[in-house]
Amino acid sequence: MLKLNVNRQDRELDVDPGTPLLWALRDGLGLTGTKYGCGVAQCGACTVHVDGEAIRSCVTAVSDVAGKRVVTIEGLAEAEAQPLQEAWIQEDVPQCGYCQSGQLMAAAALLRERPRPSDQDIDDAMSGNLCRCATYPRIRRAIHLAAGLKAKGGTR
Amino acid sequence: MTAALAVNRRVFLKAGAAAGGGLLVGLSLPRGLGAQESAAPGGPKYPPEAFVRIAPDGTTTVIVGRSEMGQGVYTALAMLLCEDLDADWSKVRVESAPVAAVYNNTAFGIQATGGSTTTWSSWDQMRTVGATARAMLVAEAAARWSVAPDSCRTQNGVVSHPPSGRSFRYGELAEAAAKRTAPASVVLKDEKAFTLIGKPVRRLDTPEKLDGRAQFGLDVKRPGMLTAVVARPPVFGGKVRSVDAAAARAVRGVKDVAEVPSGVAVIADGFWPAQQGREALKIEWDDGPNASFSTDSLRAEYAALAKTPGLVAKREGGPIDEALSGAAKRLEAEYEVPYLAHATMEPLNCVVDLRADGCTLWTGTQFQTFDRAAAATAAGLRPEQVEIHTMFLGGGFGRRANPASDWIVEAVEVAKRAKAPVKVVWTREDDTRGGYYRPFWYDRIAGGLDVAGNPVAWRHTIVGQSIIAGTPFEPGMVKDGIDSSSVEGAADLPYAIPSLHVELHSPKKGVPVLWWRSVGHSHNAFVTECFLDELAHAAGRDPLEFRRALLKGHARHLGALELAAEKAGWGKPLPAGRARGLAVHESFGSFAAQVAEVSLVKGRPRVHRVVCAIDCGKIVNPDTIAAQMEGAVGFGLSAALYGEITLKEGRIEQSNFHDYPIVRMDEMPAVETHIVPSREKPGGVGEPGTPPIAPAVANALFALTGKRLRRLPIRREDLA
Repeated sequence: MLKLNVNRQDRELDVDPGTPLLWALRDGLGLTGTKYGCGVAQCGACTVHVDGEAIRSCVTAVSDVAGKRVVTIEGLAEAEAQPLQEAWIQEDVPQCGYCQSGQLMAAAALLRERPRPSDQDIDDAMSGNLCRCATYPRIRRAIHLAAGLKAKGGTR
Repeated sequence: MTAALAVNRRVFLKAGAAAGGGLLVGLSLPRGLGAQESAAPGGPKYPPEAFVRIAPDGTTTVIVGRSEMGQGVYTALAMLLCEDLDADWSKVRVESAPVAAVYNNTAFGIQATGGSTTTWSSWDQMRTVGATARAMLVAEAAARWSVAPDSCRTQNGVVSHPPSGRSFRYGELAEAAAKRTAPASVVLKDEKAFTLIGKPVRRLDTPEKLDGRAQFGLDVKRPGMLTAVVARPPVFGGKVRSVDAAAARAVRGVKDVAEVPSGVAVIADGFWPAQQGREALKIEWDDGPNASFSTDSLRAEYAALAKTPGLVAKREGGPIDEALSGAAKRLEAEYEVPYLAHATMEPLNCVVDLRADGCTLWTGTQFQTFDRAAAATAAGLRPEQVEIHTMFLGGGFGRRANPASDWIVEAVEVAKRAKAPVKVVWTREDDTRGGYYRPFWYDRIAGGLDVAGNPVAWRHTIVGQSIIAGTPFEPGMVKDGIDSSSVEGAADLPYAIPSLHVELHSPKKGVPVLWWRSVGHSHNAFVTECFLDELAHAAGRDPLEFRRALLKGHARHLGALELAAEKAGWGKPLPAGRARGLAVHESFGSFAAQVAEVSLVKGRPRVHRVVCAIDCGKIVNPDTIAAQMEGAVGFGLSAALYGEITLKEGRIEQSNFHDYPIVRMDEMPAVETHIVPSREKPGGVGEPGTPPIAPAVANALFALTGKRLRRLPIRREDLA
């Protein structure tokens, strides 16, 4: 049995320790908000936070996160999620939406490090997250907007 | 426009009570045509004819028969219906429809989403249903108040009677209204009174795509469900010779290994064990007839073929050879574009629950009617025994509209052996190598100018596989051997050139091909718009002015072109090291022009800004149009800069995003969209933004470097 802390809950999983965290979350815990896109850390659709840092869950063995705090899109703290979601809605960002969980998790980690990111910061932090619908210009605008909302303490 | 309604003669308006109370309005087929739909076992949760359901609490559910793959149809169709319903937009929800003939796309006669048809083909239908529901709610209110229906008003989900100040919310009327007879005809709202159509409206599906709730095919979980991956032949047309599955079966979590017609399935209790099991398989393949296929030899073969006469797709004016040889100046060029994968972010997948008397599928598909028929055949059932739940599509771009229903049939075959509900998952590598590509095209083109620099002759020979041949679309789309999708955007060249000649070769090859966002236009726009630029340069004329002179009588091309040029500041000075290029192209009933601004960064092209102008007739949601232009630019730019599927010894050389890259955040240009005001019939929006971007970028790079780019993707060595 592997012991994990996911979205502030202790969970136990009976899987091969080498199983990527992505599949432990999706198949093992039913947390399907984290997406599979490439399996080789090329697209960012599987981005989650481990001890506050954005990582690619498709290339992270589940045994490597035992005892660490894993946060997925379903468990992103309200204070972080709310301004981002609000900004994403205002800019009408998603098209197919498949990559957006990963985009939001990457953006949340960016805003934690750089509360008012520059365009260059956004390029640096977000270029690992692919979007086949090319919602990039809207993601960029939404990150700037979310930074502003967060500074004001949200909108609701 | 106030129009009395002409519903498609084959369908009738129908209204009744919804299962949980409330009003349901939809369309119904004449008895016989639709009867089989309601016989499906297990039955869907609403009658298949429902298009809208208004619950007692006012929740208004629009049931959409088109697939949402990012193009915004859930929102657009709900807007059309709710405009004439005068619904409370904050209470509007969308559900995906089951498979039923009444949801057929009126453009195709099957339930399908593609060809940028959704908006225009649903326009009258959705509005009529909305107007009918509204009329029934008004009739109920008027009866309760004993007033004339036309003295009542509707707005925001409320019927009011201004003279007396009384009002009812729709939800309060819905249940009783359902007992009324639907009116035989309704009057659609005057355009001047529109509150939704033509206004920027935020998408209805956004909130659930921001917190992990949205359900894509890959997210479906059923009780007792297993997961399978399939080892497919490395060469198209190959077959299993022998399998040693001992090591695969030993992988913890693997339940079974089974041969299926498309390969060897490893069935496990989750994706990871299935994948581990597949890696442990030892399979000997019979590579079949395509074992030596390579794109290098294909190129050489096509280049030779392009020099020979093909089938004539277009002949206008006098003999082309005379016109060319009589020209004062003559240009010739050869162009090529590669096979392309769709690379949807969500790889293919399908969940199948196969039972003795029925089969239920959960998948993201654009082709419900064909998929249902194919699943039924594979399962040995009748189509009406197969139910499909269309999930959100993590991108489609044509890949999920396959007349061969490849991933559906395979999943049913796996389910026959799994003896349990099963999800078949394609990895990124499977998806990249699984075929059904945009065809490789090779073009030979010649043009002649008179002494004044006006084009007098244009000969274009196109070589590439037919997408349509061998599909159910062949009778309608292949005429005298010409697949209209191979020559679209080339045979209908808008430019006034006295002698125009287009020929086509459609060689048959073992690589499966399919439509890829904008289909034939994806290659013909590149060739024709780049070669026109070549002619402009040879004539010593500005590319905009040259096109303008040749587009007299093509007001919509011109309108888009002029608007894009004006907004982009065409002709105005740019900083050193930057240049602009333009292209204009008609596709799917819309006219799109783009001006791209480029530079070179370390020898690689960099696109800074793209100004789009589109005339797509009457519009529904301007913000969706802008989003689709942005998306189409990113999609087309990925192909222009990177996209290439190559084969060597029958094997695909690419596998994942590292060798089949798509544009990333730091490479995405700023995209501006300007909509040409138009009162024309609505056109498509999902695809028309794709064709112009590659030629606009290539033409800009020519302006910058003097190098003509006649093949895609753009290679560094072609710019040096």
